Amino acid sequence: MVAVDVRAATSRKRGGDSLLPSSGRGSFWWYLLPGFVLLAVIVLIPLVWNIYLSFTSYRGIRPPKFIGLNNWVRLFGDDKFWTSFGNSIAMIVAMVVIPTLVGLVLAAMLFDLIGKKFGGRFASFLRATYYLPQILPVVIAAIVIGWILRPDNGALNTILAAIGLGDLQHNWLGSPDTALASIMAVMVWVQLGYPVVIFMAALQRVDPELYEAAELDGANWFQRFRAITVSIIRPEIFVVTLTCTIAALKVFGPVYTLTRGGPGTATMVPSYYSYSEFFQSQQVGYGATIATALTVVIVAVSILFIVAQNRAERRENQS
Amino acid sequence: MSTTIDRPRTGAPTPTAPRRLKRQKPKKTVTDWIILVVAVLIGIGIAFPFLLIVLNSFKSPADYNSGGPLQLPTSFYTDGIVNFWNRVNFPEKLWNSVFISGVVSILAVIISVLNAYALGIGRVKARTWIIVLFLLANMLPQESLLYPLYFMFKQVGLYDNVWSVIIIFTVIQSAFGTYLLSSVYGTFPKEVLEAASLDGAGRWRILWRVVVPISRPTLSVLLIFFFIWTWNEFLIPLTFLVSNDNQTVPVAISALQGDRLMDVTTTSASALLGLIPTLVFFLIFQRTLTRGITAGAVK
Repeated sequence: MVAVDVRAATSRKRGGDSLLPSSGRGSFWWYLLPGFVLLAVIVLIPLVWNIYLSFTSYRGIRPPKFIGLNNWVRLFGDDKFWTSFGNSIAMIVAMVVIPTLVGLVLAAMLFDLIGKKFGGRFASFLRATYYLPQILPVVIAAIVIGWILRPDNGALNTILAAIGLGDLQHNWLGSPDTALASIMAVMVWVQLGYPVVIFMAALQRVDPELYEAAELDGANWFQRFRAITVSIIRPEIFVVTLTCTIAALKVFGPVYTLTRGGPGTATMVPSYYSYSEFFQSQQVGYGATIATALTVVIVAVSILFIVAQNRAERRENQS
Repeated sequence: MSTTIDRPRTGAPTPTAPRRLKRQKPKKTVTDWIILVVAVLIGIGIAFPFLLIVLNSFKSPADYNSGGPLQLPTSFYTDGIVNFWNRVNFPEKLWNSVFISGVVSILAVIISVLNAYALGIGRVKARTWIIVLFLLANMLPQESLLYPLYFMFKQVGLYDNVWSVIIIFTVIQSAFGTYLLSSVYGTFPKEVLEAASLDGAGRWRILWRVVVPISRPTLSVLLIFFFIWTWNEFLIPLTFLVSNDNQTVPVAISALQGDRLMDVTTTSASALLGLIPTLVFFLIFQRTLTRGITAGAVK
């Protein structure tokens, strides 16, 4: 939900005079004071502290001991860490790739076709249905799906048996081959509605006459979809992919609640890995290293996205 | 993003409206019906887990085992819900969640307003960098703050106290609020501010008598979003609220999963109790939410 246009707030008009006349800018700093002090105490200092901890050996009791790059060397050789990052890619597939692609098609379907031919009310009703899982705490969503996937008498297994597919019964969350896919299913279910809502709102910007013109030119639905729809709502596609990628890299609750990273390391994600190093293995220094690595990845991804978007925008403005 | 300030959007294509009204409703082809069926099926698929949970929360475990998950309950069984309700002392958890989310949303809106007043209207120096800083604070993974915060709050004696969570989320939510409100206030009508200034109002009064009332629609969207976001948070409440009496709804429900005493329908009931509050918010605030979700993404 973080739009990327910082400049909109700032770049307007002659380098920086206040919107309030008859007053210098100086005293506005007082208004920033409480927010800034809080930010420093709760975010900036802990962040720097955490980076420092990644260079120490610290088990939570005796003071941290500086050990240079040892944790980082260990991190790069740690299979468990790389597995956890591989699983983050799976989370990106489940939370970004699938929802964005399916969401685009669903939004276009609802807006173009169902909204226009079967009534806008009906389209909004479907949209609200798709969005429903988004409002749940993600842990509760995980518990809902986890309940369906229960091994012995879970709904999915019972239904499979009832329709004669008993052979397919499975310990979905407990076996290494399906645990990750089960977590992915939770995330797809949760995430699908978000792009649908955003894209449907964006589609309202599309001028129907453009569509009519394209139709007269003999463009079919898919051609119109690609040439007009996708290009007009591209800013929203950027925002959705950025925010969802960050969210996918941070996944914690479902893994904690359903699998604790297991079986083995089948569903380990960086966020849960660092949590377990902090509070279960008491390897605070190493946990801080994982958390710092995750932060670096998230900041790098955000910068890449923002640069790419600004470039795309500039190209568009030139043409 | 300026759409959240209540102002008519300019350039609405009014001239095309009458023409569109005259056009007859397009004919529905077979493909249209097929697509409709597909869209409805997807909707049913998404709603299906909710239906299963509701259906099975009112069954006894024996009823579940004999009839399976799809059958209607043979009798209206509420023991699962009642047991779980008493076991976690649900009203207490509900109150903790309401209290934490409520205080956070109010404090975070106030901080956001103060910051955005200086950044968006006051246009202090280096504001771009300050806004980027706030944005970054909102994007960071909470793990990277977790241990130092844990240490700090232990030192000051606020560990296992709801105020630790309140303070942390006030900062995290207001970081987003600062970013969003700064861009809204950056386009604040200058004439209004000038008029108030000519009337002799000082900055403090202009903020509370002019800026805040005019931006109320945006502030209420922020308030509701902060409330729901805080309600849904998990990692930090899990780490900081370790004793039973302080837990929030998601943490308390998650803590009992896999417990030996949780039979199949009690687990379903626990999920039901977890989703009811958010469903209630959704129904109450549906309009505001839809407006807010899109305002966050559309510049």
